[in-house]
Formats: sequence, structure tokens, C-alpha cells
Amino acid sequence: MAKQLHVQVVAVEEKVWSGDADMVVARTTEGELGVLPGHSPLLGLLKEPSQVRVKLAGGDQLTYDVTGGFLSVDANGVTVLAESASPATPDAH
Amino acid sequence: MAGQVQALRRRIRTVRSTKKIAKAQELVATSRIAKAQERVTASKPYAEAITHVLTALASNASIDNPLLQPRERVRRAGVLLITSDRGLAGAYNANAIRTCEQLISRLRADGKDVALYVVGRKGVGYYRFRNRPIAASWTGFSERPSFEDARHIGESLLEAFVSGADDAEEHHGPDGIQGVDELHIVSTQFKSLMTQTPQARFLAPMQVEEKEREPGLRAAYEFEPEADELLEALLPKYLNTRIYAALLESAASESASRRRAMKSASDNADDLLKRYTREMNSARQASITQEISEIVGGVEALSTSGSDV
Repeated sequence: MAKQLHVQVVAVEEKVWSGDADMVVARTTEGELGVLPGHSPLLGLLKEPSQVRVKLAGGDQLTYDVTGGFLSVDANGVTVLAESASPATPDAH
Repeated sequence: MAGQVQALRRRIRTVRSTKKIAKAQELVATSRIAKAQERVTASKPYAEAITHVLTALASNASIDNPLLQPRERVRRAGVLLITSDRGLAGAYNANAIRTCEQLISRLRADGKDVALYVVGRKGVGYYRFRNRPIAASWTGFSERPSFEDARHIGESLLEAFVSGADDAEEHHGPDGIQGVDELHIVSTQFKSLMTQTPQARFLAPMQVEEKEREPGLRAAYEFEPEADELLEALLPKYLNTRIYAALLESAASESASRRRAMKSASDNADDLLKRYTREMNSARQASITQEISEIVGGVEALSTSGSDV
């Protein structure tokens, strides 16, 4: 089985989601970026407002609307820190 | 005698309805504590994550951010006091205000001017009644603070802090705003259901602690954008998080304190009820006894006078 990313989406008032995923796609102020398992440690400021997409094993995808967000990648996984994060309506494709 | 019984009966009614209020407040406060504690727990992951990120960042970025640099000369200190909106919370507000007063007099002794920022109607009322200036105040959310509230507070504190940088002696600086050079926060710490202690803490400038790092590989972080820029964006958020945490904890303390106060009030009402009921019963008994002896006396008098006829 392929390696999995441990992903946490944390808003200030509560933990929104945590679990394992194949890939996380987010847009930082510098540009869009995808994180796969084994990514080197990274801290990024997310673009305002932006969407974070979490691709789950099996092809499902979770999308969150995020404001005031940061992305932190380290050996333990990916953490998305946001002032507020809410599930967005999933894309049709 | 009958008058006394009636007075007691009225008093019992009063105590009973007071007790109802106290009891209801107690129950409401109990459920609020649980909710507040839940929210404290829910906010933990973010606080931990942001602390983690900051630690990683601080060791990589230069620390000449204004929020991290202690000012050489501190002329004005900002104090944020967190109180409740409603009373009936025992000594909660009095304790917080007392701690705040102690902090203020300490700051004054150090030759610092104090700008007061107050959360909660009780604190505002206290200072307004004494005609003491309040730099800014926020009310209406002490029992259920949201992050939005914390952000409003954080933004105005930060603005005051940043504009304090260029203040000259005695007067405000070129930006025309009299800011502050450091920030303190007085909030109530929730230790347990029985103990809540008010405490004064330092809010800004923040101190960077050099930590002994464990030997081995140090994570070499990539930064997007540059580390300094990131730090600049992250520190205000961290400040807001700390204010939010203080608000949440104070809300939990407020409810715990109110619960305790209301519990002792309704216990006390129980005692009063018991005593008044006893008094009323003995007064009623006394009046009945008196009436009987009057009747008996009357009959006796009648029968003695009747035997003569």
C-alpha cells in the first residue's frame, strides 16, 4: 500500500478534520502546491481566501474554504491552520 | 400572633422565589461550564499547532519583528482586563479587578503610564463609576466568546502597540496616535471547578525562548513566502489565539464561579426556609394554644357565672 499523509485541518475554534490522505493541494501566496507523502518540511502562508483540497485514497476529495490559513508540512504529516475552515461544495470534476 | 404568622409566611414566599432563581442560575451555569470546557479543549489543537509552527519559524527567521523586540523605554503599558457581563458570579469580577489594580499600581510604580482595555460590562462599570479613562472596551460576549471577538480585541491592541513605537516623550509620535509599548492581560485561570485564580500575564512583546534542541536531524523548513514575512503574518494570529484562549478560560471560570455562588445561595435559602417554617409553625401553634386557653377560660367563666343563676 502506498504511503499515506496524515492530514489535520484545524480551525481556531475546533478541529475540522483529521485523517489519512493521498495528497493535499493548497494555494500559498507564492502559488499552488501539492503535497505528497514524503514532502520536505514546509511552512506556507495560504492565499486569502483559498481552498484546500484533500485527496483521499479511493479518489474521493474533500474541499475546504479557508481564511487566514497556514500550511505546515513536517515529518508527521500536514497541518492546515485556519482562522476559519468550512467544507466547500465539492467540484463536479 | 396571627400577624406574625402572616409576616413569616410572606417571608417564606420571598425566600422560596429567590431560591428558585438561584437554583436556575446554578443549573444554567453548570451546563455552561461543560460547554466552555469543551470549547477550551476544541481550541487546543490550533494553539498547539501554531505554537509548533512558531517554534520552527523562530529558529529560522531573524527576530527583529516589532512584536518580539522589547522596547528600550516603556512609557505606556496597555492592560487588557477580562471580566464578565453579568453579576451574580461570586467574587469573580472583584478578584479580576483587584489583580488588575495591583498590576496597574506596579506599572505606575515603574513610571509607566497605563492604558486600560476592558472586556465585560462589570469591568467597564467599575472604571466608569470611578471616572477612570478606558482606552477601549468590548462587551456582550463574556459567556460565549467567539474567535471573531478575540480578533477584534487583538486588532485594536496590536494597532495601539504598533503605533506606540514612534511615540515621543510625553506626546504621541508622528502618527498622531498615542500607542502603548507593552501589553499585559489580566484573565482568570480555570484550575478546577472549585478554584479559579486571576492572573496577570505578559502579552507583548513576546519573548523568544531559546530551547535546547534534541541532537539529531533538524528539520530544514522551506518557507513560502520568506520566513520573516511569514513571521510577520503569523505573530498577530498568535496574539489573537492567546487572547481567545484567555477569553475562553475566563468564560469557564465565570460560569464555575457563578455556579458556586448560586449553589451557596440556594443552600442558604434552604436553611432560611427551614428556619422560617419552624418559626411559623411554632407561632401558629402558640396562637392556637392561646385561643384554646381563651376558649377554655371563657367556658370556665361562663359555667361559674351560670351556676349562680
